[in-house]
Amino acid sequence: MTSPKTMTIAKAINESLRTSLETDPKVLVMGEDVGKLGGVFRVTDGLQKDFGEERVIDTPLAESGIVGTAIGLALRGYRPVVEIQFDGFVFPAYDQIVTQLAKMHARALGKVKLPVVIRIPYGGGIGAVEHHSESPEALFAHVPGLKVVSPATPSDAYWMMRQATECDDPVIFFEPKRRYWDKGEVDTAAVPAPLHRARIAREGTDLTLAAYGPMVKTCLEAAAAAEEEGHSLEVLDLRSMSPIDFDTLQASVEKTRRLVVVHEAPVFLGTGAEVAARITERCFYHLEAPVLRVGGFHAPYPPARLEEDYLPNLDRVLDAVDRALAF
Amino acid sequence: MAHLSPPSPAAAGPAKRSARPAKTPPEATGPGHTPPPGWHPRIDPAPLLPEPEPYRLLGTPAARDVDPALLRRLYEELVRGRRYNRQATALTQQGRLAVYPSSTGQEACQVAAALALRPQDWLFPSYRDTLAVVARGVDPVQALTLLRGDWHTGYDPRARHVAPLCTPLATQLPHAVGLAHAARLAGDDTVALALVGDGGTSEGDFHEALNFAAVWHAPVVFLIQNNGFAISVPLEKQTAAPSLAHKAVGYGMPGRLVDGNDAPAVHQVLSEAIERARTGGGPTLVEAVTYRIDAHTNADDATRYRDAVQVDQWRAHDPIDLLERELRDRDLIDDAELKAVAESAEALAARLREEMNADPVLDPMELFDHVYAEQTAQLREQAAQLRAELDAEEDR
Repeated sequence: MTSPKTMTIAKAINESLRTSLETDPKVLVMGEDVGKLGGVFRVTDGLQKDFGEERVIDTPLAESGIVGTAIGLALRGYRPVVEIQFDGFVFPAYDQIVTQLAKMHARALGKVKLPVVIRIPYGGGIGAVEHHSESPEALFAHVPGLKVVSPATPSDAYWMMRQATECDDPVIFFEPKRRYWDKGEVDTAAVPAPLHRARIAREGTDLTLAAYGPMVKTCLEAAAAAEEEGHSLEVLDLRSMSPIDFDTLQASVEKTRRLVVVHEAPVFLGTGAEVAARITERCFYHLEAPVLRVGGFHAPYPPARLEEDYLPNLDRVLDAVDRALAF
Repeated sequence: MAHLSPPSPAAAGPAKRSARPAKTPPEATGPGHTPPPGWHPRIDPAPLLPEPEPYRLLGTPAARDVDPALLRRLYEELVRGRRYNRQATALTQQGRLAVYPSSTGQEACQVAAALALRPQDWLFPSYRDTLAVVARGVDPVQALTLLRGDWHTGYDPRARHVAPLCTPLATQLPHAVGLAHAARLAGDDTVALALVGDGGTSEGDFHEALNFAAVWHAPVVFLIQNNGFAISVPLEKQTAAPSLAHKAVGYGMPGRLVDGNDAPAVHQVLSEAIERARTGGGPTLVEAVTYRIDAHTNADDATRYRDAVQVDQWRAHDPIDLLERELRDRDLIDDAELKAVAESAEALAARLREEMNADPVLDPMELFDHVYAEQTAQLREQAAQLRAELDAEEDR
């Protein structure tokens, strides 16, 4: 029995991949710079050294080829975990992901399974140049056949990656890159919650803040600030954008009667739009205020010196909280 | 290497190209004039170059080295294949099939591809490759569910090791590379054969697949069926390469050029490439020069973009006629055997007619069954919605 260890999100994913590589000989790690370098964020640090070049593969620099060959490997029973180096570079692989990876199980009447995990460091706040700070999760959640998740804590990073690797469906695994170095406890002997179950990150009574990935921390900070003003906010970490755990969300909103959804991605047609619509359908008579959304603007992700004006922050979240409470 | 000499001005087309600088470097004139640090020649490109003209067997003395039983088998499959194409096209006219991209004229490529593989190998077809799929042993009716609109892939890809007929061009190529690489990792001798057309070679996935295959030394063979047209666009608007087979050289794998209407030649070139892959020699790119006798599909009008003279020239280079001539000239087949082949083809067509004329029984609820291996609550809700709509329809 091992005791819980404190580690960063990046290390938790590394440990998770290590455990998967140890326990399942069919698990492969592949991508650009994931081997010798250990990935540009060092998430795969040391894995090639310990598991060899055939299981931790430095691929040519070609995202469509990475995902396309991962599909072929999966057809022969492998479980590739592929890394896309940055969110903005996934699009050359978008065709393979949408037309092939997402559909082949259905096309072939379930006769073939494609257990491929695609890891994508996503989101802004790190002062990067263009194409390195995007939040394209809705573009994937919209596609039938894909499962889309994002952890917000080291514990979830470890366990959700373990579960994604064991899942028989393709999973797009969005990693909150600006939180890679946040620390928390990971109990590798725990019994984890199901992959697509939402998590109550903080209990409250007056309003529910729903978020995922990097915005969970922002929402927790908002809840702490609101408490000083006498408001009790519940923070719900969705964890999964496809499918979405509307049951847990509904129970929370029926208790608090108000919902604000927060993500970095543009509000327009984002995850929050689906959440708002579904919760309005399910909780219409419980709601004291319309569901409000907080997120990025419908503009290309800005240059680093302007990203603080673009990204939802504590103030923008609290402003929405105030508006919802004022109804 | 006469085939590598620069094209004559006429052959080079209207674009004038300036003379290239001399290929031998000038002599160094002082210290430090050395090649860039770390540079060294990687591999010799000469052995990778394709044949100067498409390799042929039929009508050449080398044809006598081919097992007559193989020639007869190829012939039977060609005849059955053409009959299948004709029947499937007729079924589109009767509304029994939504669409059919015929491979008439390309049967030698289709049949040779299927027959060159062993059971453990995998075939990665695109949408015009139904014949290869059927010749590999997939049920002829199941192979058409895609085109009838019953379901996208009507057969179990694992049963005969045939990946789904792939519609987005070249997307199947990296899959073949990944599967071939899996064979290497697992230490077995499986080979993947991926089919693509001349148009598909312009896609990025063609490039990425060939590059991955060569870097990984994967046991995969790529067969380009160069049938002259990507729907309406001819090869000269698709590529400026000396040949499609030459593209292999840039990736560091051998290119082979073969007469795509010479079934034993295609079979031999593919068999050599497959054997090479199986024994650790890595990937090969094969270009088979052939022609799409029919339009792109039954919905296309080929007279808008090509003239009848060209079609007639290719009809005179017909894969079935070429092989039949060889068999007859050398008394390798008699009238009774020819009749048996024709009857086998008719029986296939009759079965196709009969089974395709039966209305398929489809269950709309199957829409939800295979979206995920592990079903989601959201889909269960949507399934319940459709169930209710269907029940309401029945009650009406």
